[in-house]
Amino acid sequence: MDEQALPEQLADIRDDFLALEVKTRLQLLLEFSNELPELPTQYADHPDLLERVVECQSPVFIFVDVDDDGLVHMFATAPREAPTTRGFASILVQGLSGLSADDVLAVPDDYPNSIGLTQAVSPLRIRGMTGMLARVKRQIRVKTA
Amino acid sequence: MPVGNDPAAQFANFAHPEKLVSGEWLEAHLGEPGLIVVESDEDVLLYETGHIEGAVKIDWHTDLNDPVERDYIDGEQFAALLGSKGISRDTTIVIYGDKSNWWAAYALWVFTLFGHEDVRLLDGGRAKWEADGRAYTTAPESAVAVEYPVVQRDDSRIRAYKDDVLAHLGKPLIDVRSPEEFSGQRTTAPAYPDEGALRAGHIPSAQNVPWAKAAADDGTFRPTIELDAIYRDGAGLTEGDDVVAYCRIGERSSHTWFVLTHLLGFENVRNYDGSWTEWGSAVRVPIVQGAEPGAVPAR
Repeated sequence: MDEQALPEQLADIRDDFLALEVKTRLQLLLEFSNELPELPTQYADHPDLLERVVECQSPVFIFVDVDDDGLVHMFATAPREAPTTRGFASILVQGLSGLSADDVLAVPDDYPNSIGLTQAVSPLRIRGMTGMLARVKRQIRVKTA
Repeated sequence: MPVGNDPAAQFANFAHPEKLVSGEWLEAHLGEPGLIVVESDEDVLLYETGHIEGAVKIDWHTDLNDPVERDYIDGEQFAALLGSKGISRDTTIVIYGDKSNWWAAYALWVFTLFGHEDVRLLDGGRAKWEADGRAYTTAPESAVAVEYPVVQRDDSRIRAYKDDVLAHLGKPLIDVRSPEEFSGQRTTAPAYPDEGALRAGHIPSAQNVPWAKAAADDGTFRPTIELDAIYRDGAGLTEGDDVVAYCRIGERSSHTWFVLTHLLGFENVRNYDGSWTEWGSAVRVPIVQGAEPGAVPAR
């Protein structure tokens, strides 16, 4: 992975996870899970605007907006009974929001595999986060086309 | 000291009522010597958000699967895992989890590969425990390690490999996936990541009985009369049948294996854990598409 290409907020999240022992990383993921903001009402009232991430076994929906300044805003919703999926979504919400569309598109597709969770959570589950990132990028491509 | 069974009336008609306990029973027996409660979920973080007091966590993926090969852990690893959770060979284990005990049943099936005798499910799992207003704690796991003997895994009775399934063709097969997966209809749109099998469809002659049919709305198992209607009348199983169940990776079919073996009393049920992620990618195995089971190919 090209170190230079990774935006600072994503690099910070990665470094925070890697600084912890494998078992403790789950606790940090739980903190992210608890920090996932509620959907803004304009999306909560419009489920049709949300895209389901089918790579995740739990129902998680995302919405990505690119504002007039070309900055990305990501929103996600997943049930309380799916804390891991909520944690993945929350990492991306915190790691991608406020970046430029180009910066998000330049995020390596394997970022989810680089943050030290494959062992703690299992590679199979990480695929859910990889799928989420791919869908974010796809939405941005559509919206900036 | 053996832990008694739950005499609840709703279990009385099952073939092996001792394999289930109710929330009421478990709450009354928590902390009893010789009883360990195990949580096993699809979601690896759910235990941390709150769990039954004194319960230990066993994760199907990070604990029960070999980290390198596609197989389960071996006898040494199993002994180390269970010992570290405070479980002895004669411990009564009650497993519960999310999603109608789907992953709890998977853990129970793996424990059975190692011949752990007294392993039960909490009927209804997390959802029922919560719906009944019973308590959770977020206290960290506090198991006192004990010795668990090294017992070699016995795959011969309840586990089927791909070659076993090929040899089994012509006898009852239950595909517990969704109708869309069974028929081979694509469930992913172009340009989306695929789901891990190269071909879609099902094993010839398999009956499609989605696993969740065995669970009631509250996550508990349906009564015998309804299970008989699903599996005997619906899927055509008869007494003495030799049955193989499969899904994508063998987890949902563990739930069905539990139902057929312990609730309906079928004695020769095997779980094909390679399931569709193996069969759907294997070279030169027969596949049928569409909603009908299809015929067994001539050999």
